[in-house]
Amino acid sequence: MSSNAPAHQDAHHDHGHGHTAGHGSFRDYMTGFVLSVILTAIPFWLVMSGVIENRIVTAALVMAIGAVQIVVHMIYFLHMNSRSEGGWTMLALIFTIIIVVIALSGSLWVMHHLNANMMPMSPDMMRNMP
Amino acid sequence: MSEPTVQTIGDEAPQFYLTEDHHPESSTSLGFWLYLMSDCLIFATLFATYAVVGRNYAAGPSPADLFDLPLVAVNTAMLLFSSITYGFAMLQMERGAKAETLFWLAVTGLFGAAFLGLELYEFNHLIHEGAGPTRSAFLSAFFTLVGTHGLHVTFGIIWLVTLMVQVSMHGLIPENRRRLMCLSMFWHFLDVIWIGVFSFVYLMGVLG
Repeated sequence: MSSNAPAHQDAHHDHGHGHTAGHGSFRDYMTGFVLSVILTAIPFWLVMSGVIENRIVTAALVMAIGAVQIVVHMIYFLHMNSRSEGGWTMLALIFTIIIVVIALSGSLWVMHHLNANMMPMSPDMMRNMP
Repeated sequence: MSEPTVQTIGDEAPQFYLTEDHHPESSTSLGFWLYLMSDCLIFATLFATYAVVGRNYAAGPSPADLFDLPLVAVNTAMLLFSSITYGFAMLQMERGAKAETLFWLAVTGLFGAAFLGLELYEFNHLIHEGAGPTRSAFLSAFFTLVGTHGLHVTFGIIWLVTLMVQVSMHGLIPENRRRLMCLSMFWHFLDVIWIGVFSFVYLMGVLG
């Protein structure tokens, strides 16, 4: 890696305009990759081997590890930080996360209540449906 | 870019500074990021749909009956490998090495194609088992969500091939660097969406 460093510098000078953000190093990519492999293997192993008896715990772990892996990708592959583009990418991301959380939790909440409050239908009622 | 301004304060040495802030070279990457975020909303609605109707099997097969986790694991590995090889292509691009960039782009494209092939195999298998998108609300939502992701990967591969032609014809000119950067964001973004798909749809589905 260290032998690459001078060439890397030259490339930066080649095309002048400032490279403020958006590129990672080899080290960044490898860190992200190794973390992703680990964070992918764990949930698959949890579900396929069924080591944890409790289904809810397994489900919570799978979702939590998935969330961590998304953050890992954001940082190491998409090179997100609060400074790129003067903070606007971060702002857009936060806005999107808020909308996504509202859409997901809102849909589930409303539809759960709809299901819970519907009268159960007997086979007899089913037969007399219009 | 901005013009340097000379300012002399008292008898100190003149200080040079840029009249503009350290501004990004163009707003393309911000604009593309905004597109990705809006794409994220499309996937959020599809995930929400799946979350709502994902258990309405209409007396048909459930995820535990249908999904083949080893196949999904291989699929996931394909997409993850394609992400890291695209990263290598970007590193080579920064070094200005055209041939190496093209090589890693080709490897990325092959991993992407392998992912797509496995996904099409899975879809074909499901439809032949009678578990097509018309079977139940769960399967409609499943095919819509996973199919939309697959469609994105398809367009990503078309874009990748186009850029490979562009790079081989014109070299790593600033325009091509910009395009490769946008595709890089798109490609890694698709991998992020896939994390949601394999965690929420496949693993949670098999878990029951």
